[in-house]
Amino acid sequence: MGDLVWILLSAMVVNNFTLALFLGLCPFMGVSARVETALRMGLANIFVLVITSLCAWLLNSFVLEHAPFLRIISFIVVIASLVQIVEMAIKKFSPVLFQQLGIFLPLITTNCAILGLAIFQTNRGYGLFQGLAFAVGAGLGLTLALVLMASIREDSERATVPSLARGTALVMIIAGSLSLAFMGFAGLGSAT
Amino acid sequence: MRETTSTQDLVRGIWRENPVLIQMLGLCPALAVTNSVANSLAMGGATMFVLCGSSLFISLLKKFIPHEVRISTYILVIATFVTVADMVLEAGFPTLHKALGAFIALIVVNCMILGRQEAFASKRPVGRALLDAVGTGLGFQIALLMMGGVREILGAGTFLEMPLFGPNFEPWVVMILPPGGFLTLGFWLLGLSWYQERRKKAARDQGASQDSNAEGRAA
Amino acid sequence: MSDTTHSRGPADDAAAATGRPETSSLRIILTLGVAGVMAGLLLVFVFQATQPTILAYKAKMLKLAVEEVLQGPDSYLTLYLVDGALTAELLAGSEEDAYEQIYMGLDAAGKVTGIAAAHSRPGFQEHVKVIFGFDPSDGRMMGMKVLESKETPGLGDKIEKDEEFVAQFTRALAPLEAVKKGRGDGDPHQVDIITGATISSRCVVDVINEAYARWNPLVEQMQGATRP
Repeated sequence: MGDLVWILLSAMVVNNFTLALFLGLCPFMGVSARVETALRMGLANIFVLVITSLCAWLLNSFVLEHAPFLRIISFIVVIASLVQIVEMAIKKFSPVLFQQLGIFLPLITTNCAILGLAIFQTNRGYGLFQGLAFAVGAGLGLTLALVLMASIREDSERATVPSLARGTALVMIIAGSLSLAFMGFAGLGSAT
Repeated sequence: MRETTSTQDLVRGIWRENPVLIQMLGLCPALAVTNSVANSLAMGGATMFVLCGSSLFISLLKKFIPHEVRISTYILVIATFVTVADMVLEAGFPTLHKALGAFIALIVVNCMILGRQEAFASKRPVGRALLDAVGTGLGFQIALLMMGGVREILGAGTFLEMPLFGPNFEPWVVMILPPGGFLTLGFWLLGLSWYQERRKKAARDQGASQDSNAEGRAA
Repeated sequence: MSDTTHSRGPADDAAAATGRPETSSLRIILTLGVAGVMAGLLLVFVFQATQPTILAYKAKMLKLAVEEVLQGPDSYLTLYLVDGALTAELLAGSEEDAYEQIYMGLDAAGKVTGIAAAHSRPGFQEHVKVIFGFDPSDGRMMGMKVLESKETPGLGDKIEKDEEFVAQFTRALAPLEAVKKGRGDGDPHQVDIITGATISSRCVVDVINEAYARWNPLVEQMQGATRP
């Protein structure tokens, strides 16, 4: 149990996917202008991450054991088709949920956080439950980073930023400061 | 799409349409593995290999790939080359492979590579697709070295592991940690936009007749 | 696969708009199939070509690490944990990697000089993986080497680079006790932790204690069985 808690906390704050591992930067730059959108993007991410973790576990335990060289190909193919199937299923069964998450799902396929999760999970030899804890932690971490970033950016719009620094340069420097702040979480794991 | 000369194909990606600094593509590897010059070189090399390999193949086979499944086919080709790069690096340079870790596999989702296939290699002859791949790859490599150089010099006081300063140098460790990646890229972008602003201003001072021309170049 | 179901959707309109003839589903499946088979063949070929080198390198690194923490034994044996007991012999046909392994150093006369084991625990950033050697007769440490860690450069990574710290693991007695530098009272179980790398150095001590507590009884049990 302590192991699962450590994996979750580690993926969420100590080794935050966005701020420490630089995974999922595209949505971090793209949809972090409004808190509302950022939150929804984060939730869609948690959803896809959990499903990916499950699939990666299935693939690793039943198929790739005999053909490790097919790992990257099969992960990316399975993730891409899976997201499409999930998208269709949500559209059919829950139009409300689709309204909330739908437009983000295709964006997520090309998000490196998803493939990153599958590969990190494999490299570390996580089992089913460890993988799920890892996915939930990573998703919560992504959401946290996105929402924090979005709330800072909403405020920074009212600030007088020199025209040179507007845009990506400012986002990078804010992200750097957030990443610096998240370094304070290091060492959390050794307490468990 | 306007036509370009072969030289333009090669040079374009290196600076004016630099994938990282101008187009903001491939940020994940550009930030994650640039904590030393050696890692930057290895990542740039692996990406260049994948980019050239996929561009060559897709440009050769473009007539056989149905329009409907082109993206799936591109991803299949890219993933194959990434796996090859992964295995060759692990066999030939095990320490570098360990340092880059999962980020080699993540070359697959570097939007820069898929972008070049969709926008260029799938529509052009083999030679020009290769030139474009080499140019883009070089541009990516240059951006990685700009990041890796600054971070290693400030963060460890070395360049390619050769000590640059005296033994009393206290390294600015944060630069080789994750925040250093964001900050370094932020400051490079700041410098770049300052340079562009200055060129724009210089062009304005030169006269109104050349104004629109320079605007286009700076953008 | 999902692309084939889409072939009569928006892609169809796009094809009509660009004047591209419609592609049959058969051709789509054929293209993906051929591409997949070609990719697979290429990968099998590269895998066959690179795998021996990769495995040889891993074996070499493991051998070097084991020899280092056992202070250069004349030879060493790999012991596998099978059904709760250690054995050097595996049943034919079973895979080596399926079992946990420790290493037993031997001198020229075949006498056991030390046991090496690898283990990991969460450190400051990530898991810290350590291999260490101990003398099973009195629990004396013979050596410690950090195999994997992402500890902070300049602070936490002193657990690998601080020679004074590493040297303590060639004389301390298990179970180890971590004490602040200068606070120890000469007890041979005590290990001085590094100032500025408290969590990382405590982690190394904990890893060794955990692994020692687990493996030492098994080693004793095995030696008791072979030496009646």
